[in-house]
Amino acid sequence: MVATCIRALPDEGCGLLLGTTHGDVVDVVASPNVAASAKVYEIDPRVLLRAYRRADDEDLEVIGVFHSHTHSAAYPSATDVRQAPDPTWHYVVVSLATLPIEVRSYSIIDEEVTEEVVRIEAVTRSRADD
Amino acid sequence: MSALLRIPTVLRPAMGGESSIVVDGSTIGAVLAHVTQKYPAVKGQLLNDDGTLHRFLNVYVNDDDVRYLGGVDAVVTDTDEITLIPAVAGGAW
Repeated sequence: MVATCIRALPDEGCGLLLGTTHGDVVDVVASPNVAASAKVYEIDPRVLLRAYRRADDEDLEVIGVFHSHTHSAAYPSATDVRQAPDPTWHYVVVSLATLPIEVRSYSIIDEEVTEEVVRIEAVTRSRADD
Repeated sequence: MSALLRIPTVLRPAMGGESSIVVDGSTIGAVLAHVTQKYPAVKGQLLNDDGTLHRFLNVYVNDDDVRYLGGVDAVVTDTDEITLIPAVAGGAW
C-alpha cells in the first residue's frame, strides 16, 4: 500500500483490499487513480471489475480500500466519509504528510468513523501493478 | 432479452439478497427500469431523475463500460453479463 501511494505521487494513490469477511486481507490490489489528483482519488472501475471477478473465482471478498493523503493526516476526510461506498468495508488511509509514514484503518458506518487495529501477520513480495 | 445482472455486495440487501438475478430488457435503460420497478429503494443509487446513469455508478456489459456504448442506450443481448459497480472515490479534499 505504501509503495503504491509513493509511486502515485504527486497524486493520491489508491487500491483495493481483497480478503475474507473476518477482516483478513489476503491481497492488496493497486489501482490507477483515475481522478489524477493530489486532492481526490477514484478507483479505476476496470480494477474494481477485475477485483470482483477474482473475488468470485477465489471465494474472497473485496473488503476495503486504501488511499493516501499527500499532505494531511491518516484520518478519513469529510469527503471520504460522505463517499464511503460500503459499511462493511475497511478504509485505510496512508498519510505521506510526515515521516514516519502513517497507515491507519477505519470503519465508516452511517458516517461514523471508528479506528481499527491493523495487525500485520506476514510480509510477502508485492506484485507489479495489476 | 434476458441477461444476467451481477449485484454488488452493498446493494444486495435492498435487492432481495441475491448476488445475481436474471433481467429483461434490450438496453441498459430497460434493464435498470425493470430493476428499479422491482426494487424501488435502489433507484436513487442507479439513476438520476432524468433517467441517466448516476455518476457514481459504473455499469459494465461483459468487459465494456457502457458509458462508451451509449450509457442507458447501450444494447443488451442474451448471454450478456451486466455488472453494477458503485464508484469508489474520496480524498483529502
